[in-house]
Amino acid sequence: MSTSGKGPVGVEFVDLHRHFGTVRGLDGLSLAIEPGELVCLLGPSGCGKTTALRIVAGLDHPTSGEVLVGGKDVTGVPTNKRDMGMVFQAYSLFPHLSAADNVAFGLKLRGLGARERRKRAYEMLELVGLSVHADRYPHQLSGGQQQRVALARALAFQPSVLLLDEPLSALDAKVRVQLRDEIRRVQLEVGTTTLFVTHDQEEALAISDRVGVMNAGRLEQLAAPAELYSSPASQFVAEFVGLTNRVPAQARDGRAIVLGDQEVPALAGSVAGDGLALIRPEAIAVEPDEQGTATVTQLSFRGPITQVHCELGGSELLVQMASAEAQQLTLGGRVRLVIAPAPVLVVPA
Amino acid sequence: MRRTRSLVPLVGVLPFLAYLAVFLLIPTVVVIVGAFTENGTFDLGNIRALSNSATVDALRNSVVLSGSTALIGGVLGALLATVIASAPERSLLRRAVLALSGSLAQTGGVSLAFAWMATIGGTGTLTVLLQKALSVDIYGSGWLYTLHGLILVYCYFQIPLMVIVFLPAVDGLRAQWREAAETLGASRLQYLTQVAGPLLLPAFLGSLLLLFANAFAAYATAAALVSQGSPILPLMIRAALTSEIVLGQQHLAYAIALEMIVVVALVMTAYALLLRRSSRWMR
Amino acid sequence: MKAWLRWLILALFAIYFFGPLLSMLDFSTKKNGGGRTGAAWKALVTDEQVRHAIVQSLLLCVATVVLMLVLLVPTMVWVRLRLPRLRRLIEFLCLLPLTIPALVIVVGINGVYAWVNYFFGYSPLVLTFAYVVLVLPYSYRALDASLSSIDVTTLAEAARSLGAGWFTVIVRVVAPNLGAGILSAAFISVALVLGEFTFASLLNYQTLPVVIDLFGKSDSHVSVAASLGTIVFASLLLLLLSFAGRRSRGPKGV
Repeated sequence: MSTSGKGPVGVEFVDLHRHFGTVRGLDGLSLAIEPGELVCLLGPSGCGKTTALRIVAGLDHPTSGEVLVGGKDVTGVPTNKRDMGMVFQAYSLFPHLSAADNVAFGLKLRGLGARERRKRAYEMLELVGLSVHADRYPHQLSGGQQQRVALARALAFQPSVLLLDEPLSALDAKVRVQLRDEIRRVQLEVGTTTLFVTHDQEEALAISDRVGVMNAGRLEQLAAPAELYSSPASQFVAEFVGLTNRVPAQARDGRAIVLGDQEVPALAGSVAGDGLALIRPEAIAVEPDEQGTATVTQLSFRGPITQVHCELGGSELLVQMASAEAQQLTLGGRVRLVIAPAPVLVVPA
Repeated sequence: MRRTRSLVPLVGVLPFLAYLAVFLLIPTVVVIVGAFTENGTFDLGNIRALSNSATVDALRNSVVLSGSTALIGGVLGALLATVIASAPERSLLRRAVLALSGSLAQTGGVSLAFAWMATIGGTGTLTVLLQKALSVDIYGSGWLYTLHGLILVYCYFQIPLMVIVFLPAVDGLRAQWREAAETLGASRLQYLTQVAGPLLLPAFLGSLLLLFANAFAAYATAAALVSQGSPILPLMIRAALTSEIVLGQQHLAYAIALEMIVVVALVMTAYALLLRRSSRWMR
Repeated sequence: MKAWLRWLILALFAIYFFGPLLSMLDFSTKKNGGGRTGAAWKALVTDEQVRHAIVQSLLLCVATVVLMLVLLVPTMVWVRLRLPRLRRLIEFLCLLPLTIPALVIVVGINGVYAWVNYFFGYSPLVLTFAYVVLVLPYSYRALDASLSSIDVTTLAEAARSLGAGWFTVIVRVVAPNLGAGILSAAFISVALVLGEFTFASLLNYQTLPVVIDLFGKSDSHVSVAASLGTIVFASLLLLLLSFAGRRSRGPKGV
């Protein structure tokens, strides 16, 4: 088996609908994944992200709409003919097969000889750093190791698309971070087009080429992590990704006036007139000032940064700043708030 | 590690141990010792008697009866378990099948013999019905009361028992395994032969052994159905125990009982080994 | 599996299982010259011998459940708390009756029952002692599953730190938390005792199954009625059990 002639392919969702009775699991999802790209579908539980992934795998079927892989409609193709590698949440390894045999399973189905299977399985386990445990059974492996084997198994037969369904959600925090970076490294190495589903925004931002934020069966925004964070297209995106303050603002002509007299650029999609500006905690600077209008109500030390809660005109604001700078603040002290001149989204109040 | 300071905590389990000693161990030891003694001295006569033709026939019949009903009950019971496993855990269908299965497999006994007498006995409902409607005689010369009849009636508690013991194994199959196999390219058949089959095999074989032991040790149904003659080992024991003609038959009963312990113990040990394997997988 | 195939299989099994039960209903209400009669069913209450046997069997059920719980619950809790090393041994002993057929125990128990009769007389209720052994494997499993689902050690330590003695710990703290296990151990025991024939018959006690067998030779209509009654009663009991107490397991996968 060789990779030649089987380069990465693109995946496209065209107006996918999936109704469960009266519930709209997917409500017109359209999205295109470039060949070789890693796209995360991010959203709260029940937003339809897993449904979308299962439809790509052929484990679920759309009420209407189609899925194109490499430009071809695969909606009617059964799962076992789709050539998709999939990693499940947990416990998906076959318990009666060793790690190597699990990895070789897809190769066996494709008629590969025993020796070649064995060799390829070892290569794949090598890739995920587990070749020493090739002969162990799933119940002898930790949760993180099991997921590595599952990743190796999903990639062993060189699928056209790799699908990951919250593969880290059952793991401990530390293992989760480690394995997340591992997945990205392997994905870059093999170059397979990848769809990754998660509800963890940090995870999505850390490993994706682009992140698709979903809400109520629809795509809210599809963008590179940095853009998603700095230029959210909607209130939902701004509030789901990262922490956000809601500050009263007046918007006009692409500018927004906040905190009385400070002017910052307003993002496209902002409302005109009175509204609320969504401002990141690190976009606010706090300066001690006897004449200031705000008061420090809480200081919470987090190592390199400190979270500062300020009260201003009856509403509370969350600020993140370097701990060194926060040392000059005192609880109950008067402060002045300065907004960084980065674009903000203004939403209806 | 617990402190092993004193033996006082052991007192807490003494009543239990004493109870089992009296009502389980003493009877068993009596049987084993009794099988090797006659008139208070060591004697292999009763053990030797196990090789006489009547006892060997009974053993063979017992093995045929247990083996065939374990196989029939095992296959059909596994099929029924698979069908109801797809019903939701709280569905009435599932509860009803399990309740009826428990009743037939555990309460059954004498009742099951009468169930089939009422169905295909001489004046049984089905016998009369077929006689009238099709002039077919299913009663024949009373085959219900022979080894063949026992096979039929035993299945009536073997199938339900299989449902009870095999269902947890079927329930233990995770949906992810089927989906993972499918995404890896397995057809429905390949999933069955390469994943579900191998996973269920230890539980299936173990259940067959349990069914074998269950039929081999069963007494009530056979005793109620067959009042004349002793085609199988348990009925030979009955004959030996209730025989008023030949003295010293008591010790032949001991020997046959010992034979039963040996067979059942071997089968149950194999069962325990298989179960251990399957439960490790299915955690 | 295709839905129609599933229903077809279920239908065939239904015929197989309910056929004999319906035949019993038919048989037990058949009049010899033709027509219907409830005489056989009435006999279950009016016939002195049958009624007495039913009462004895029900009393045996109760006595067996009580003795089983008294013997097993404190022992199992005690072993978990103070003698964890004995757990394997206790489990082995409790499951032993699966390996030693009831028939074998009957053959060897004559001597023991000579003493039992000496102390307790000849009432069928003395069968309780043997029946506790018989139901041991099933009761043990039910109770063990229930014990595993609660943290006995912490419960006991909490109670002891509040000043409870061991008796209070076992009877008033742990036992009430074993509701589901005790219930299912009790129901399974009842189902087993209700149909037990081997001991009763070979030791010559007139319990319901023994009397059913006895009547089979004279009036099989009564036997069939009582048999059907037993099966239906046990089925309903077990159905009830499936609704009561047992907490659902967590969701399987996702």
